[in-house]
Amino acid sequence: MNPPRLNRPRLNPLRHPWRTAAEASALIVAVVVAFPLYWMVLGAFKPAGEIESTEPRPWTLAPSLDSFRRVFGQQDFGRYFVNSLVVAGSVVIVSALIAFLAATAVTRFRFRFRTTLLIMFLVAQMVPVEALTIPLFFQMRDFGLLNTLGSLVLPHIAFSLPFAIWMLRGFVKGVPEALEEAAYIDGASRSRFLWQILFPLVLPGLVATSAFSFISAWNDFLFAKSFIISDTSQSTLPMALLVFFKPDEPDWGGVMAASTVMTIPVLVFFVLVQRRLVSGLGGAVKD
Amino acid sequence: MTSVTHRPTWTPWLYLAPALLVLGGLLVYPIWQLGLISFFRYTQAQVSGGEPTTFQGFGNYSALFSDPQFWQVLLATVLFAAACVVSTLAVGCALAVLLTRVRAVPRLALMLAALGAWATPAVTGSTVWLFLFDPDFGPVNRLLGLGDHSWTYGRLSAFLLVLLEVVWCSFPFVMVTVYAGIRAVPAEVLEAAALDGASQWRIWRSVLAPMLRPILTVVTIQSVIWDFKVFTQIYVMTNGGGIAGQNLVLNVYAYQQAFASSQYGLGSAIGVVMLLILLAVTLVYLRLLHRQGEDL
Repeated sequence: MNPPRLNRPRLNPLRHPWRTAAEASALIVAVVVAFPLYWMVLGAFKPAGEIESTEPRPWTLAPSLDSFRRVFGQQDFGRYFVNSLVVAGSVVIVSALIAFLAATAVTRFRFRFRTTLLIMFLVAQMVPVEALTIPLFFQMRDFGLLNTLGSLVLPHIAFSLPFAIWMLRGFVKGVPEALEEAAYIDGASRSRFLWQILFPLVLPGLVATSAFSFISAWNDFLFAKSFIISDTSQSTLPMALLVFFKPDEPDWGGVMAASTVMTIPVLVFFVLVQRRLVSGLGGAVKD
Repeated sequence: MTSVTHRPTWTPWLYLAPALLVLGGLLVYPIWQLGLISFFRYTQAQVSGGEPTTFQGFGNYSALFSDPQFWQVLLATVLFAAACVVSTLAVGCALAVLLTRVRAVPRLALMLAALGAWATPAVTGSTVWLFLFDPDFGPVNRLLGLGDHSWTYGRLSAFLLVLLEVVWCSFPFVMVTVYAGIRAVPAEVLEAAALDGASQWRIWRSVLAPMLRPILTVVTIQSVIWDFKVFTQIYVMTNGGGIAGQNLVLNVYAYQQAFASSQYGLGSAIGVVMLLILLAVTLVYLRLLHRQGEDL
């Protein structure tokens, strides 16, 4: 990237004023970007008097778990957490399997309408799923799925598929053709090659792809709000969070604690797959 | 291609069957239904079966197009999305370039912070930003000495607040993707440019930007599509569209018409308008890809 001499570490910052300035600004930006998350976690641990203070301080000397207790006590929060996990988990597993098969079909085979299909998957990614809330509402009603977690799982599988297929293509392509031929020569059947050779090799890519399906399902607010109308035992986290968020008098401690609980799983998942995510995105974008 | 993959079989269609089934049933069919409902009179009475659904042609559309609020919301949506896209791309690209100029530790710090913002769910991001800008208890007003100035009261400042949150959670995608793209540019090319005496800005404009064009196209189009259909942030941060609907965008407007006012036909017509606009964007995108000689 840089000419080689720029890469050698030097102790005197004055010798590389530009790099020092760049590194300082990178750190400042990092602090600014991370600040909302820090403030969220801090707000979750602040005692009630400190959070609703007109002189907010960026630290607390008396961290307390009161807000978390309120969140888990007042509402059936644990249940909503599990509901969210069930929805996101089902979406991830089912869409990963379906996308793996489809991605294999479009990368490992040449057949009529292949290019047409690929363009359709691309166009499908662009469909504003929110616009489909109304017909989906009636469809879920006809399936008898309103007020069940199924009404959240099914649409999200459909909406995460096009992107997952598109992104997995790169990973499936990366497995050498020679490997496939060798497997067949050794007498492996097609399904044996598919599940025992190709699948484990593509698994890292599947995990990265899953990050996107997981997040879209975990974050879903619109469908949860529209399809889970009366049975609150089927609510997911975004709806539960808003219980503490009354526009006139929000319980900020509760909101921050609930937000923290909702954000942590995604954060952990993201940090775990970030390396693959970046390379996968590069592949999906460049192909 | 090898002989293995050349042999025409029905296997690919077998592999594709589950995907096509799901997409057909839960994506294509709802689009068809959306179009259909938009031509009917469809309100609470029809949903409960009290009145028969009546076909009314373009009735919903003419009602929509003659409503000044619709045009106002459409204009606000376009301007808001444009502002979000431009800011996201500017911030994302600038930080991607910055990432290539620094050593490992600052780079890791910025990457991790960006990943955190990226991973934050839209609902929690919205509540946290509201809290930061809260007139009574938020740190931002104290820091800027704004007293109890309310950010959500004025139309523009409410949109600005939502824009900040949207940029915060969507610039990481641009930054990470563009950074990966820059890393893929051969070092010799940049060294040659630097040796020829090109300035940083000149290198970006004449060397990097043209080489990164495919990637920039993708992130631009993705941003347009995401920002055009922002729902959660507007809904949560402006409490369902702001005072007297001043912060409505098409998506929230459609939701309010359909589920709050039970005007399902009208809501669907708004959905169709959105679908058509994004379809047009997609076609432009496909043309650009085609012109760049991308091979599917």
